[in-house]
Amino acid sequence: MVDNAASGADLSRVWKVLREAGLTALIAGFLAVPLIGLRTIGGRDGMAVESRWDMLMIAVAVVFTGRLVLIALRRVLPRLGAGVGKIGSFGTLFARHRSGLAGLALALALALPLMPFSDRYLVDIATLVLIYVMLGWGLNIVVGLAGLLDLGYVAFYAVGAYSFALLGTVYEWSFWACLPVAGACAAAFGILLGYPVLRLRGDYLAIVTLGFGEIIRVVLTNWVEFSGGPNGIASIPRPTLLGLEFSRRAPEEQSFHHFFDIDYSGDHRITFLYYVILLLALLTNLFVLRIRKLPLGRAWEALREDEIACRALGINPVNTKLSAFALGAMFGGFAGSFFASRSGFISPESFTFIESALILSIVVLGGMGSQIGVVLAAAAIILVPEFLREFSEYRMLAFGAAMVLIMIWRPRGLLAHRAPTVSLGQSGARP
Amino acid sequence: MTAAALLTVEHLTMRFGGLVAIDDLSFAAADREITAIIGPNGAGKTTVFNCLTGFYKPTVGQLTLIRPGSEPALLERMEGFRIARAGVGRTFQNIRLFPAMSVLENLIVAQHNELMRASAFSIAGLLGLERYRAAEARALDRARFWLDRLGLTGVADRDAGGLPYGDQRRLEIARAMCNGPVLLCLDEPAAGLNRAESVALNELLREIRDTQNVGILLIEHDMNVVMGISDRIVVLDYGRKIAEGPPEAVRNDPTVIQAYLGEEEDADLRPEVAGELGRERRP
Ligand SMILES: Nc1ncnc2c1ncn2[C@@H]1O[C@H](COP(=O)(O)OP(=O)(O)OP(=O)(O)O)[C@@H](O)[C@H]1O
Ligand SMILES: [Mg+2]
Repeated sequence: MVDNAASGADLSRVWKVLREAGLTALIAGFLAVPLIGLRTIGGRDGMAVESRWDMLMIAVAVVFTGRLVLIALRRVLPRLGAGVGKIGSFGTLFARHRSGLAGLALALALALPLMPFSDRYLVDIATLVLIYVMLGWGLNIVVGLAGLLDLGYVAFYAVGAYSFALLGTVYEWSFWACLPVAGACAAAFGILLGYPVLRLRGDYLAIVTLGFGEIIRVVLTNWVEFSGGPNGIASIPRPTLLGLEFSRRAPEEQSFHHFFDIDYSGDHRITFLYYVILLLALLTNLFVLRIRKLPLGRAWEALREDEIACRALGINPVNTKLSAFALGAMFGGFAGSFFASRSGFISPESFTFIESALILSIVVLGGMGSQIGVVLAAAAIILVPEFLREFSEYRMLAFGAAMVLIMIWRPRGLLAHRAPTVSLGQSGARP
Repeated sequence: MTAAALLTVEHLTMRFGGLVAIDDLSFAAADREITAIIGPNGAGKTTVFNCLTGFYKPTVGQLTLIRPGSEPALLERMEGFRIARAGVGRTFQNIRLFPAMSVLENLIVAQHNELMRASAFSIAGLLGLERYRAAEARALDRARFWLDRLGLTGVADRDAGGLPYGDQRRLEIARAMCNGPVLLCLDEPAAGLNRAESVALNELLREIRDTQNVGILLIEHDMNVVMGISDRIVVLDYGRKIAEGPPEAVRNDPTVIQAYLGEEEDADLRPEVAGELGRERRP
C-alpha cells in the first residue's frame, strides 16, 4: 500500500516533468519550423524552398533534453546561487575599502606604461579598456543614476567622433580645440533625443533610443557628401601635447622627439594616447562623483526612484531628465573624439548597435551607479575576448550567459552598493 | 473660527469617461487650520488631491491658492511641479518615498529647488563655492530638525525603503514639510498605524498646524484622528459634498451617518461603522 502511494506520487512527478519538457519542445518546434525547418535556396530557376525536417527534429530533441537538464539543475542552482550570493558580502567589503581600492587602481593606471613588463600592445589594450570605462561612466549617468534605459548610447559616441573627424580634417582644428565642441554637439543630440522620449519609460524608452542610435548610423552611412558614407573619414589629426606632434615627419620645432631631444619611437604616441584617455576618464569620474552629491545628481536618483513623488516636491522632471541625457551624451562625445583621434580613421561600422549593448552591459554588470564596478566590468568585457582569441566565436555566447547569470543572482550588478551622498555628522559639521 | 482662506475650491468636477468622480464640489481651507475630507471608499477624496496637485486636470472648476503677499495661484492651470513650488505639499495614500535613498537624502531632495538655485545649476556646487555650502548646511539643519522632531535621527543614514511602515508614513510627512509648503495635503496618514502611533500622529499634526504656518488638508478614515484634531470637516459621497462643518456638527449629521451606513449592507457591521464615525463606544 505505502509503496504504491509513493510510486504514484513519483509517477505524477515524472509526468509533470515530462509534460513541462514536452511543452517547451513543442514551442521550440513551432518556432523552429520557419527558422530551421524551411530554407530558401537560390537555384538556377529562381528560389526554391528546401525542407530540413531532420535538423528540426534534432533541434527539438536538444530543447527537450535541455529542459530536462534544467529541471534537474533547478534543485542544485539555488545552492550554487547562495555561493554566488557571497559575492554580495564581498561587494560590501569592497565598498568599505572603496577609497583605498580606488587609490590603488589609480596608482596602477598611472604607472602602467612605465612598468617593466608593459609593452606597446598592453598599453594599447589598456587605452581601449579606458575608452569603455569612460563610456560606461558616461552612460551610468543616464542609466545608473537617472534610471533611463538608453540602448542608443553609441549615437553620441558617433556624434563626438564625427564632430572631431570633420572639424579636424575639413577645418584642421586641433584635438583639444575640438573636444569641447564635440562634447557640446553630442550634448545637443542628447537633448534632441531626450525631448521626444521624455514621457516614455522602461522598455518603450529602450526601443526608441535603440532606433535613434540606428538612425544616426544609417544617416552617416548614406549621407556620403557629409560623412563620406561607408568609406568613412581618414587621416584624422592626432592629439598633440601643447602643440607638439608625435610623428616622425613633423617639422622639427613641432615634434615631440625633437623638442625633448630623444630618438623617435612609435611608443611615445601610444603612451601619450593612454595618458590622454586616462585624464579624460578621470575627469568623467570626478564629475560623476561630485554631481552625485549635488542637487542635480540627487534629483536624478530621486527621479529613478519615483517620478511622481519628484513632481510633488517641485522637481521639474523634463529639465532633470534632459540634463541627464545631455551630460551623459557629452561624455560619450568626448570619448568619441578621442576614439576618432586615436584610430585616425572612422566609419559607421564602428558605431553599430552592438557597441551600445556592450556599453550597457558594462554598466549593468558593474552594478548600476557603481564607479569601480564599471572599471571591473569594462576590463572583463574587453580583456577576456582579447586574451582568449581562440574562443572569439563564443564571445557573444559567453557574454549572454554571463548576463543571464548576473540577472539571476545579482540583479543589481556585481558591485551594487549605494553609499548615501550625505550623512549626518560628517558633512553637517562643516560651516 | 474664520481664519483667512488659504485654498478655495469652486465647482470642481472631475469625470473619467462616464464616471463622475467629483461632482461640483466647493469648499475652502483656511490657513493654520486642519480641514478634513472624509467619505466612504471611492468617494473621490484622493481625486480631489490629484486635481489640487496637478496630477489630474479638472474637467471643470477653479482651484485657487491664496498666499499672503503674493498673487493668487490658479492651480488648475499649472503643471504639477509648479504647484508644488507654489507651496502645495502632499503625501500619498500608497507611500511614495525614494526607497533606495537614505532617510536624510529623502529630506534633502525635498529641498531641491532651493539648493539648485544656490548651486547655480550645479556650477557653484561643482566648484564647491561658499554660497552653495552654506545653503547645503541650512538644508541639513532643516532636515535635522524634522528628524529630531520625528525621532528618526537614529535611522537617518538607513535606506528609506527599509524603514518600518509607521516610520515611512512619518518620513513622508517630514519630506513634504522640508519642501516648505503653505498647504500640506495628507492622504490617509494614519492608515496602518497602531493606536500609539496614531495618537502621536495627532500630536504631530496639531503641532505642525500651530507652529509651522501652514494649512493642512487631511484625508482620513480613522475617526479618532479626524474628530480629535480637525477644525472643519468636508464629507464626500459619490463625489458630492453631503456635509460640511465643525466636527460636532458633522458627527451628528443624519445624511453623513446614512452615507456611512449605506455603504455596508451587512446588519452585523452597523455598530462597527457607526463606531468608526465616533458616535458609539470609542472613548
Ligand atoms: N485615473 C482614474 N481613472 C478612472 N477612474 C478613476 C481614476 N482615479 C480615480 N477614479 C475613480 O474615481 C472614484 C474616486 O476614487 P478616489 O481614489 O478619489 O476615492 P477615495 O475617496 O480616495 O477612496 P479611498 O478611500 O478608497 O482612497 C473611484 O470610483 C475611482 O475608481
Ligand atoms: Mg483615496
